Amino acid sequence: MTTTVESPDLIGPEEHDGADGHAPGAHPAESGHGHHEGPSGIVKWLTSTDHKVIGKSYIITSLILFFIAGIMALVMRAQLANPSSSLLSFQTYNELFTMHGSLMMYLFAGPFAFGGLANYIVPLQVGAPDMAFPRLNALSYWLFLGGSITMMSSFLVAGGAASYGWVAYAPLSNAINSPGAGADLWLMALGLTGFSAIFTGVNLAATIFYLRAPGMTMFRIPIFSWNMLVTGILILIAFPVLFGAVVMLFCDRHFGTHIFTVQGGGVPVLWQHLFWFFGHPEVYILALPYFGMVTDIIPVFSRKPLFGYKGMVFATMSIAALSTGVWAHHMFTTGVVLLPFFSLLSYLIAVPTGIKFFNWIGSMWGGQLSFQTPMLFSIGFLFAFLMGGVTGVLLASPPVDFMTHDTYFVVAHFHQVLIGTAVFAGFAGFYFWYPKMFGRMLSDRLGKWHFWGLFIGFWLTFMPQYLVGLYGMPRRVADYRPDNGWTGLNVISTVGAFIIGASFLFFLVNLYTSWRNPVPAGDNPWDGHALEWFTSSPPPHHNYTHLPPIRSERPTWDYNHPEHRTLVTHSKRSPGPSDDKEPVGAPS
Amino acid sequence: MRISAVFLAGTGIFFAVIGVVYWFTSYEDAGFLMLMGSALLGLLPGSYYLWWSYKMKPRLDDDPEGSISEGAGAVDSFPGSSIWPFILGMGAMFAALTFVFGLWMAPLAAALIVSAAVGVTVESRRGGAV
Repeated sequence: MTTTVESPDLIGPEEHDGADGHAPGAHPAESGHGHHEGPSGIVKWLTSTDHKVIGKSYIITSLILFFIAGIMALVMRAQLANPSSSLLSFQTYNELFTMHGSLMMYLFAGPFAFGGLANYIVPLQVGAPDMAFPRLNALSYWLFLGGSITMMSSFLVAGGAASYGWVAYAPLSNAINSPGAGADLWLMALGLTGFSAIFTGVNLAATIFYLRAPGMTMFRIPIFSWNMLVTGILILIAFPVLFGAVVMLFCDRHFGTHIFTVQGGGVPVLWQHLFWFFGHPEVYILALPYFGMVTDIIPVFSRKPLFGYKGMVFATMSIAALSTGVWAHHMFTTGVVLLPFFSLLSYLIAVPTGIKFFNWIGSMWGGQLSFQTPMLFSIGFLFAFLMGGVTGVLLASPPVDFMTHDTYFVVAHFHQVLIGTAVFAGFAGFYFWYPKMFGRMLSDRLGKWHFWGLFIGFWLTFMPQYLVGLYGMPRRVADYRPDNGWTGLNVISTVGAFIIGASFLFFLVNLYTSWRNPVPAGDNPWDGHALEWFTSSPPPHHNYTHLPPIRSERPTWDYNHPEHRTLVTHSKRSPGPSDDKEPVGAPS
Repeated sequence: MRISAVFLAGTGIFFAVIGVVYWFTSYEDAGFLMLMGSALLGLLPGSYYLWWSYKMKPRLDDDPEGSISEGAGAVDSFPGSSIWPFILGMGAMFAALTFVFGLWMAPLAAALIVSAAVGVTVESRRGGAV
């Protein structure tokens, strides 16, 4: 397989002097912009280095894993619907909650955002022809797929899958307490997907720093791309620590080291330090991309510019910076961490998050709101994440944390945070960008059914869990007694979970109808703001044949609505009629 | 360029400050070292970019009035389709599985990784600057 050298992607007028050493038409055989001669079918999928193909592969793979993990959740909720249930053995239940958490955290929520939607959308938003390192990008996907296969295959080995929870606390995760190949496969899967994430982080940062179109200054890139840049940096901080911890744990399990075992002079709580130094930034690696999606969606459906652009950027940065200094708030009850330091920093995160909420509401304030599916999901995110965030503030207080640690209160808290972000905001982004990715619309009616099912099921599932947690039900138990008094709340929670499950049937039907009876979307179905709505749906190879002048953070809007251009105060010359749509290279 | 540099260096400075505060309030090694590592992660590329941002002329994408036509010419050259990332990814997976299932898998992993390394190098040389 030889490399097809693309003709240089030309951004500028048709005639140019080749000042950079690439003479115009240096590769006459490949002069067809927008038309790419290449393999098709499965060979295309295996060999593509196009960020759009890789992004779609990521989205499809992570959604399949999301559905698998969701079914695991339903089986667990069925087990908990009545006391002393015998649907699952305790060992199976342990495997299921471990793999549910691992699939959702490592293989869905993160990769769906930074591997899937960001991979597809960020180069479009900044006006780049592709990611900065396309082959590295492809390698990221194959490592992710390899990691996913490795993790799923652990169900097939003797002894079953890993069963120590997605956090793998030492000494439960050592070779004596968790023998078997399943636990080792879990560790290897984390190593593979960790490297996949690191490579994607490098790619995102390099693309946003160095492949922006002329005029696309850092303070004009859409908030989604800003958040992906910050996420990329967070990935580079967090995932190497996880990989180091995984290697150490593997050495403890097989090579006779005693890093996390007391007998050999090791420190078990060191695992928690290492894991949560990764794990808490990971929460924001999962959250920030989704904040970005919502921030891009709300102004479009309010027909207003974003309220407080720079405030959003600085809030994102502060959240990311603070998130790296709060890891031990997961470890308050170990008794060996500095409570005031971690409590204070955890409280401080509420400030930039509050600024974001203020700006989201400010963006809607006085706008012409239209409640199409992406907007509904975004508003659902605001409610869900607010509830999850407020209980997070409660948990940042050590006395409350001591009372509720390892109860269902914590389970409800982080499910509201993560479903608020990865599911509500994630599907808002999916419904929003699906027309761009596939050139066809999803049904708004089915989308609304999906939303309302999810929204009702969400509250029914998780609000009772707060209560049952306060009544003392610990997390990660397969069983409880009839006289505990937890039965009623658990039944409500299980009913809610099945409503969530049913709501996703509408999503699947929606995908099916869109596949069988496509409704063409056009290039800009939502009258969008950012650059990705300027190109065709789906975009051509290397994304743009023409670019509008970029004079604000919403160039497509400015081009389509010259009478309502975003006010640009720092520009000496405003884009006049002559400064019109400019071609990128030779039109094909 | 300047903004990217300040962004990275600012990250580094924040972690350096937090790390020092953390050390003198807790005397806990693991967290302190990781915070210092994060500080270096920001400071090393940040200071390098800052140095370059003073040496080179401003980039067009940092110019608020940069126009598309001023950016005429090659953005970059991008590789076409390539099978080697897939081969390398599968090689990495089998290398990871070697640690679980035993050394008999190592030759397969090594063959995939070496062929991918050779393949991608040859591909780059033949294709020019990709």
